[in-house]
Amino acid sequence: MIPTLLAISFIIFVIIQLPPGDYLETHIAELESQGESVDPDKIKFLRQQYGLDQPFLVQYYHWATGFFVGDFGYSFEYDLPVREVMGDRIWLTIIVSMITIIFTWAIAFPIGIYSATHQYSWGDYGLTFLGFLGLAIPNFLLALVMLYFANVWFGTSIGGLMDSQYMDQPWSWGKFKSVLEHLWIPVVVIGTSGTAGMIRRLRANLLDELEKQYVLTGKAKGLAPSKLLMKYPLRMSLNFFIADIGSLLPSVISGAEITAIVLSLPTTGPMLLNALQSQDMYLAGTFLLFLAILTVVGMLISDLLLAWLDPRIRLYGEEVA
Amino acid sequence: MSTNQPDTSHTRHYISTAKFDPHSAERLTAEQEKYFFASRRQLMWWKLKRHKLAVFSGAILLIMYASTLVSELISPYNLHTRHTEYIYAPPQQVHFFHDGTFVGPFVYGYDYQLNMENLKREYTENFQKVHPLRFFCSGDEYQFWGLFEADFHFFCPDENATFFVFGTDRLGRDVFSRIIYGARISLLIGLGGIIVSLFLGLLLGGLAGYYGGWIDSSVQRTIEIIRSFPELPLWMALSAILPVTWSPILVFFGITIILALLDWTGLARAVRSKLLALREEDYCTAAKLMGAKPGRIISRHLLPGFSSHIIASATLSIPGMILGETALSFLGLGLRPPITSWGVLLNEAQNINVVALYPWLILPVLPVIVIILAFNFFGDGLRDAADPYK
Repeated sequence: MIPTLLAISFIIFVIIQLPPGDYLETHIAELESQGESVDPDKIKFLRQQYGLDQPFLVQYYHWATGFFVGDFGYSFEYDLPVREVMGDRIWLTIIVSMITIIFTWAIAFPIGIYSATHQYSWGDYGLTFLGFLGLAIPNFLLALVMLYFANVWFGTSIGGLMDSQYMDQPWSWGKFKSVLEHLWIPVVVIGTSGTAGMIRRLRANLLDELEKQYVLTGKAKGLAPSKLLMKYPLRMSLNFFIADIGSLLPSVISGAEITAIVLSLPTTGPMLLNALQSQDMYLAGTFLLFLAILTVVGMLISDLLLAWLDPRIRLYGEEVA
Repeated sequence: MSTNQPDTSHTRHYISTAKFDPHSAERLTAEQEKYFFASRRQLMWWKLKRHKLAVFSGAILLIMYASTLVSELISPYNLHTRHTEYIYAPPQQVHFFHDGTFVGPFVYGYDYQLNMENLKREYTENFQKVHPLRFFCSGDEYQFWGLFEADFHFFCPDENATFFVFGTDRLGRDVFSRIIYGARISLLIGLGGIIVSLFLGLLLGGLAGYYGGWIDSSVQRTIEIIRSFPELPLWMALSAILPVTWSPILVFFGITIILALLDWTGLARAVRSKLLALREEDYCTAAKLMGAKPGRIISRHLLPGFSSHIIASATLSIPGMILGETALSFLGLGLRPPITSWGVLLNEAQNINVVALYPWLILPVLPVIVIILAFNFFGDGLRDAADPYK
């Protein structure tokens, strides 16, 4: 995991360094186009200050080691350390992603079971089709349309994660309620795209399990259908639910980004887009790295959970007698 | 000697003159014969045919791809034709009956008026102006495939009238025509992306699976790293670094490659695991002993063994790329005008005002949904058909 993260951080640094020029050059060009003259000494000073004149690897080293002490570099655009610019955006991203995953589970689980036990029925077809529809509708458009209807029908204020009066306020019951009121739109929007895949995989897994001989044996011995389903096949597919976090998480985070941009949520999405467009490299890089870390850690957690839940999976290569 | 010995003096040695048929005991019916001797491709086709939804989706895909060949003919207007008197005009409905009499397909003309209170453009149908549609007619001139001038369209508006089935955008361009033209880019980018990703996946997966060892583990690590990136943010970052000075066509290729760069991992994994199993087969050893080179063994003996599987999973990963391009262009990081894809069209529908005031501008999402669904169902059917154990 650590080497993976190192490699990821390096790739990200290469990517954000790739565009020709740096933020200072863009900034100078902007100032000059406005007719302001820039003192070359000042540029030189700034360049030195931010280490932009140093070789690539040195810059990378400074950036990467900064992470261990909580120094993520400096945002040129906001003229603040990245840490302060980010604020609690990362946390909000994590919260939105977690709730979305739980939402996806809550939707996909019953539908998957129904589809598997009622294979090729109208319900199966209908629900599967709905799932696919969720997959096919681009997130951002669904977000726009839902935003519109939420406003028309429920009078929820447009965009954001809370009513404007609660912004920059300490947490309170009112703020919490307001967040909940706003949260369901992004959660539903992001969830729809992942749900279809989840339903398909759960259905396939459960079907495989239901075809096995022990199910037939159980049926022959007169086990009640519900017990027969709950006791073994379902527990087997539960494992897969945990294992699936790995494939769900990247798509949830991707969806969260674009939805956040459309809904202008105070998460990482809008700021990342902005930073990428204005070449605010440290800010963009930090966001990218945090999103990648989020995915990797999520996968690690799912692996650990799986090893804990499923006795057949061992973390260490123990001899099987 | 013994009395049990059969008396051979009576029975003669007998040979039947009829022709011997070894299958006489279990003769195959014509149908069975057809099935048992069918080629792999034939079997797949039969299986696919039973999957009605997949066949239907396949037909839709074919139609949509075929339409990109004749976009100029299908669309009533050109990609960039502007109608300055009809800015943000709502869709015109096609009617058949006027005043109780049948006139064939026609539209009512628009009366335009600027609401001075909120400065909204208001278009009302004028029931006096009846404009029947013309079919197989001459309309806007265009360069067919960039080769020769033509002005033939399948249908066009009446002379001095307009026909906007899906309304117009902020420059007064016909949305329907733009959707038809946008299909070219949107569908092409999916195909182009999958070709690049197939190439990468086959090459790297093939190398990893056939040679194993350090090549395998380094490819595996690379795949792991790429897969742990959330796709969209990385796509965003990569497309943000495409230089602004690039021409739109270069950007198009750049985006295609970016889409493919994150997509090949799934294919490479599938290829690798299959190859790992297949390279131990006897026929592979035989080929090796006869002096075949690794490239030949992989491409000639191993890959055909699961090519149908590869095609199925490639089909399933095209929609992701189309959606990716749409999302990137929507954010303004993807393709740039004058290249027009469905995502570029949706870029106009970026804020909630559009949904509220000009809802027809989000219509380009319809073909996106249709194509994604079609690719998914078709790919599913193909995958089932490619599975010999079902």
